[in-house]
Amino acid sequence: MEGRNVTDSPTLDARIPSGPIQGRWNQHKFDIKLVNPANKRKYEIIVVGTGLAGASAAATFGELGYNVKAFTYHDSARRAHSIAAQGGINAAKNYPNDGDSIYRLFYDTVKGGDFRSRESNVYRLAEVSNEIIDQATAQGVPFAREYGGLLDNRSFGGAQVSRTFYARGQTGQQLLLGAYQALSRQIDAGTVEFFNRSELLDIVVKDGRAAGIVVRDLVTGEVTPHSAHAVVLATGGYSNVFFLSTNAMACNATAIWRAHRKGAFFANPCFTQIHPTCIPASDEHQSKLTLMSESLRNDGRIWVPLDPDDKRQPNDIPEDERDYYLERQYPAFGNLVPRDVASRAAMRMIDENRGVGPLKNGVYLDFRSAIERLGRDRIEERYGNLFEMYERITDEDPYRVPMRIYPAPHYTMGGLWVDYNLMTTIPGLYAIGEANFSDHGANRLGASALMQGVADGYFVIPYTIGDYLSKYLNVDPVPTDDPAFTETLTEVDARTRRFLDIGGTQSVDHFHRKLGAIMIEYCGLARSREGLEKAIDEIRSLRDEFWRDLKVLGSAESLNQSLERAGRVADFLELAELMCRDAIDREESCGGHFRVEHQTPDGEAKRDDEDFAFVSAWAWTGESTPQELHKEPLEFEYVQPSQRSYK
Amino acid sequence: MDLTLKVWRQDGPAAEGGFKTYQATNVSPEASFLEMLDEVNEHLNEIGEEPIAFDHDCREGICGTCGVMINGDPHGPQSGTATCQLHMRKFDDGDAITIEPWRASAFPVVKDLIVDRSAFDRIIESGGYISVNTGAAPDANIIPVPKAAADAAMDAAACIGCGACVAACPNSAANLFTAAKMEHLNLLPQGQAERYTRAVAMVETMEEYFGSCSNHGECEKACPKNISIDFIAMMNRDYVKAQFGNVVKSGQR
Repeated sequence: MEGRNVTDSPTLDARIPSGPIQGRWNQHKFDIKLVNPANKRKYEIIVVGTGLAGASAAATFGELGYNVKAFTYHDSARRAHSIAAQGGINAAKNYPNDGDSIYRLFYDTVKGGDFRSRESNVYRLAEVSNEIIDQATAQGVPFAREYGGLLDNRSFGGAQVSRTFYARGQTGQQLLLGAYQALSRQIDAGTVEFFNRSELLDIVVKDGRAAGIVVRDLVTGEVTPHSAHAVVLATGGYSNVFFLSTNAMACNATAIWRAHRKGAFFANPCFTQIHPTCIPASDEHQSKLTLMSESLRNDGRIWVPLDPDDKRQPNDIPEDERDYYLERQYPAFGNLVPRDVASRAAMRMIDENRGVGPLKNGVYLDFRSAIERLGRDRIEERYGNLFEMYERITDEDPYRVPMRIYPAPHYTMGGLWVDYNLMTTIPGLYAIGEANFSDHGANRLGASALMQGVADGYFVIPYTIGDYLSKYLNVDPVPTDDPAFTETLTEVDARTRRFLDIGGTQSVDHFHRKLGAIMIEYCGLARSREGLEKAIDEIRSLRDEFWRDLKVLGSAESLNQSLERAGRVADFLELAELMCRDAIDREESCGGHFRVEHQTPDGEAKRDDEDFAFVSAWAWTGESTPQELHKEPLEFEYVQPSQRSYK
Repeated sequence: MDLTLKVWRQDGPAAEGGFKTYQATNVSPEASFLEMLDEVNEHLNEIGEEPIAFDHDCREGICGTCGVMINGDPHGPQSGTATCQLHMRKFDDGDAITIEPWRASAFPVVKDLIVDRSAFDRIIESGGYISVNTGAAPDANIIPVPKAAADAAMDAAACIGCGACVAACPNSAANLFTAAKMEHLNLLPQGQAERYTRAVAMVETMEEYFGSCSNHGECEKACPKNISIDFIAMMNRDYVKAQFGNVVKSGQR
């Protein structure tokens, strides 16, 4: 590979335990060091982000007796975008008695991730999935139930069993409220000090270890240092690099990007998920895209008219003139193929000019046969709130007219590289939930994001962090008047001033929209070397323009939403380039990463296990030199890589 | 469509606020209310006036971050709809629209249309949870929950904590919010152990910040999630029982 700066670095020790996979997590928990209960109060832990992963981690640390500081840029811990997850959470309970098991959930997740995740991590995730359901139920999460009072399940893409637990179409909301309530209990108990409307602007590293963070109070503008023995980033993913995505408006990469610049390796940045069932954009002023839960594919059937020029209303098109293309191409999984497969199939339809709707940018998701089979009441009970949301946005009634859906950026499998303990390459700095890269490989299965967020927060990091902390018993955290802190504060301050001082002509959104357009065009559903190289050129010139022509009004000493966004977009402008470089470097197609140069004759992703069965971990080498690639080889002892087939 | 907006501008909690009038031109009927404000802000930025600050995040009606008074109605004219899900097709060309922050002394204005709702968090911290440490839970199916109870708990739990109920109430009471949060837990078997201590703690914390309920019912009408005021009756019942009953024996009633 020409021009690549590759290192097989011994520093990338993933610390994966050995032995049979079924016993690894248990053995590891026994092998790592513990902090005894009376000593826990001697430690300070910072948690950044209070979504599902962050709130559950902060609450659990508090219960264990650690001193915790939790930070969010929201006004309350209950607002994080975990709240918008609709469909459900997977667990291997096998309550429906349909042959599920921890091993099957593990197998499906490794396969669904197109063999680019770590077997050991995925097995652990499947193993703790059952405890999550127990914990959430005990917290009062009102999961859907059968008439007998026991928990109900439904199916999701990429699985042939029903293992998804749900709370109407609001599963993420209910799980997040459970974690938020557990966190609130700890705030009341005094174990967690909570900082709302506070945004992380940089990480402080001293002697190669995480020492703390620098935070801006979004109301007063005050910038303050905070030190701790360990810092946990639970700051979510970076889909907003595409501007239009299903993420909330404020979701950003600043925390993980700042950590990357301070030495944390960034893994698989090009692994992004484009979700097949979103509401298509209606005009150019659109600010975000809205997801329609994948669970709808349980009962909805996806189709386009056979005739690309068919102008009739969907209900007037007879059955034999419709192409139920997923059922036709993938008879075994039908409408429940994994997300990457469904998105690409929709893209092919639209590329063939067979899209529907005024802009011809959608495909139909039709509930007519489900309503005929089950009755309107059952459908309303399952998806009522989603149907209402759809109607509000589009002014069309999906009980009568098929929904129109289109793929949209939704989730990022890439993130900070972490070892089995969820620690980044900066000792003492951890990344959990969507912020890390570890469990979903090149494609995440539906209902697995909630599972991973809570697993990391409740059941993994509370154990693994002790292994690091135990080494620093009776060692005080770095004081905040240490030069490491004061220098970072000065840098943060200078950067903030710089945004305000440019005095150009264009708004932050102007640059963000332009960046999004470049990324979706060249680094979206289909990627090519030529397109990606073009994208890098365009991103670089956009970045120059940003620093030359940005216009941010107001001051740094008060609430200033344009200033907040400027910092986030500046970081996206750097991350975007790395995503493209990673996508160029990975000369294969796998999961959500589809290189047009690498496909099978029937247009499916063609993996190259010989050359690319590794995690790409990029190391920051300074402002003027490109990141350096380190590889963590992936070994498959249990699930043999094969061409994924859902046919 | 073209609109005349009368928007509340206020620099900070201590500053004096006032209305300013802006023209929104060429608004697409397909735009959401917040996208309309985005466009106005882009224009303000262009002409050198600081954009209007407003809270928002998910824009899917679930996070509860957004919420403004639109012509005197919390979240505007469409029932069961948060501000972010309101679309401009619900308005007519030439309309004048007044946009204000939530008005309640427990929700001080932070800036422009943004208010501080942390009093809600204080209510939750006082008892809006089930005390179960991570790892201490029994198997999820060990306690069957009648479907009707689980469904009613979910109806209450759908609250997004936006504060529209308080903004709508002539007394600035938070009874609908508090009742929804409390009864979600009190309706479930898992919530019984702390049912009455929870009722007392949450009601008393609520009263430290908010006004009293006098059954106007405006809260229910304003709620973007259509949460029923029946939950307020259930909260009152739990609170009264907690005052007069023997809480130790509460599990047997």
